[in-house]
Amino acid sequence: MDDRTPASFEAARERDRVLVRLSGTWKLGAPTPAPGELVERLAAAPGASAMAFDASALTGWDSGLLVFLRAAFERCAAAGIAVDGSGLPEGVRRLLALAAAVPEQKGARTAGPRTPFLARVGESAAAWAAACADWLDYIGQLAVACARLARGAARFRRADLLLFLEDCGARSLGIVALISFLVGLILAFVGAIQLKAFGAQIYVADMVGIGMVRVMGAIMAGIVMTGRTGAAYAAQLGTMQVNEEVDALKTLGISPVEYLVTPRVLAITLMMPLLCLYADLVGILGGFVVGVGMLDIGVLEYLHETQAAISLTNVWIGLFHSVVFGILIGLAGCVRGLQCGRSASAVGAATTSAVVTGIVSIIVATAIITVACNVLGI
Amino acid sequence: MCSASETRPAPVEVRGLTMAYGSYVVMRDLSFTISRGDVFVIMGGSGCGKSTLLRHLVGLQAPAAGSVLYEGVDFWRGSPEDRRRIMRRFGVLYQSGALWSSMTLAENIAVPLETYTALSRAEIREIVALKLALVGLAGFGEHYPSEISGGMRKRAGLARAMALDPEILFFDEPSAGLDPVSAHRLDDLILELRDSLGATVVVVTHELASIFAIACNSVFLDAERKTMTATGDPKRLRDESTDPTVRTFLRRGETNGGAHGGVKDNAHART
Repeated sequence: MDDRTPASFEAARERDRVLVRLSGTWKLGAPTPAPGELVERLAAAPGASAMAFDASALTGWDSGLLVFLRAAFERCAAAGIAVDGSGLPEGVRRLLALAAAVPEQKGARTAGPRTPFLARVGESAAAWAAACADWLDYIGQLAVACARLARGAARFRRADLLLFLEDCGARSLGIVALISFLVGLILAFVGAIQLKAFGAQIYVADMVGIGMVRVMGAIMAGIVMTGRTGAAYAAQLGTMQVNEEVDALKTLGISPVEYLVTPRVLAITLMMPLLCLYADLVGILGGFVVGVGMLDIGVLEYLHETQAAISLTNVWIGLFHSVVFGILIGLAGCVRGLQCGRSASAVGAATTSAVVTGIVSIIVATAIITVACNVLGI
Repeated sequence: MCSASETRPAPVEVRGLTMAYGSYVVMRDLSFTISRGDVFVIMGGSGCGKSTLLRHLVGLQAPAAGSVLYEGVDFWRGSPEDRRRIMRRFGVLYQSGALWSSMTLAENIAVPLETYTALSRAEIREIVALKLALVGLAGFGEHYPSEISGGMRKRAGLARAMALDPEILFFDEPSAGLDPVSAHRLDDLILELRDSLGATVVVVTHELASIFAIACNSVFLDAERKTMTATGDPKRLRDESTDPTVRTFLRRGETNGGAHGGVKDNAHART
């Protein structure tokens, strides 16, 4: 008999007990008889009150045999049949004893009754209110930390601040340049098609210039930075939360908001206006390439038209946007990170919601500022 | 229960292994053989490279020099198919369980079964229930790793390591972070599984109580000399080794001969 003999069993009646002869190789993946078959044989031998085993023909076993025996034993216990396992290999006996040593934790997880619809609505409204309070709490803590910063008493490492400044400043230039150059280019293309119909290609320069400087430069820089820096902040703080690093700060009496959030929000708020100016210039360059290269506008003509179109007010409005975006991105990233749960998937969720919160708040803020400017007439 | 002589090649053999991170050599010239059915302990002080050695043994890190053989097959010079076949026979318990946090315990244990076998969902469910029962966690299948204690997480990690009935089980610091009673129970469980399943067990640890309770054979890594300085049954090494570092380590820093009575008694009580 070799290792490939298929698993099988025979049940023979011996007075008041049934002797089960196991033979072949009982291994996972190979076909093994179902536990139900054994129970059927027992049912076919009425009056039998005990079951014993003979494993002398068993050539190999692993968890496959254990699964079979466990299921069979369970059914025997339910049918009131005594099981004598002394004929089983020693390893099998010991493992079965081990598996039965700790009784199953019944109701370790009980699914509660389904909550009615109205209750769910109420719960989510209450959760929303709690989340708002939570946000206000973080914003308040950040304000306190900023006040301490203004007095020069904020506790965070200056080296951290420089590192964050470098990361969301110089290291972001490449991606911001690429995106705003292409956005300037696209704006010019889209505008050119319409303006050409009136023979007014020269106004492409006005459109790209005002569009980029007043709002698009800030928005594009903001969206890039949400994905790049906001997500990074959420992932960093979320992982620190998982590793109990945030708790370590708290037990030292250091406010995590002051120590972790302040330098991050400060760094991105300081860098956003600079990135915005940079995005404006590169965006105008994108429009310039289209205007000069495709619409046959002269170099000086295009530059002069751009210069005449952009007023300093537009520049200030763009910079104001970018400062607001910087605060929103930093806050969204850091708060989502600090709210993170204690698992790998929670870090993923925190990062996702940091990006979603960041982008939504950027767009909402833009809408509010645009309407406000309109009302104020600037 | 320790090593019976056999004709098949040893489950794990390490030949002239040098471990390095870049140009920084952690350990050099490691050569030892782990016999079938042994509980083999890798011991040494903190930071001496025990876990690095384990990473080499489970195929997570390539040796800078030398080789690791499984039943005579060189892991790092074998084909990807060879490596897959070898790794299929491993079970690894990581230091803090390393359960995938987005899955329930049952799903964690089902992953190796789904990946390597063609079993049906119902069969996998049965096997998962069996493995959880074996480690004393019956009924906890629907819990997420974040909802259970550290000791339970470790046992669940063990259930996952055993999912495929591995021939070799690797443990990284099994008793770290556990209370003495739980640590003792885990040691007993390791021995029980070794005896019943006939598996070979490789343990990285610096817990003396654990070492004396479970080890048949061992290797001692010396951080200063950057190589192995002793190999053999740790109880014999404690009493007979001539190497002062090994003796000091195995006697909890007490160098005079009579002071290790407590440890010895403890070890006897548990074996």
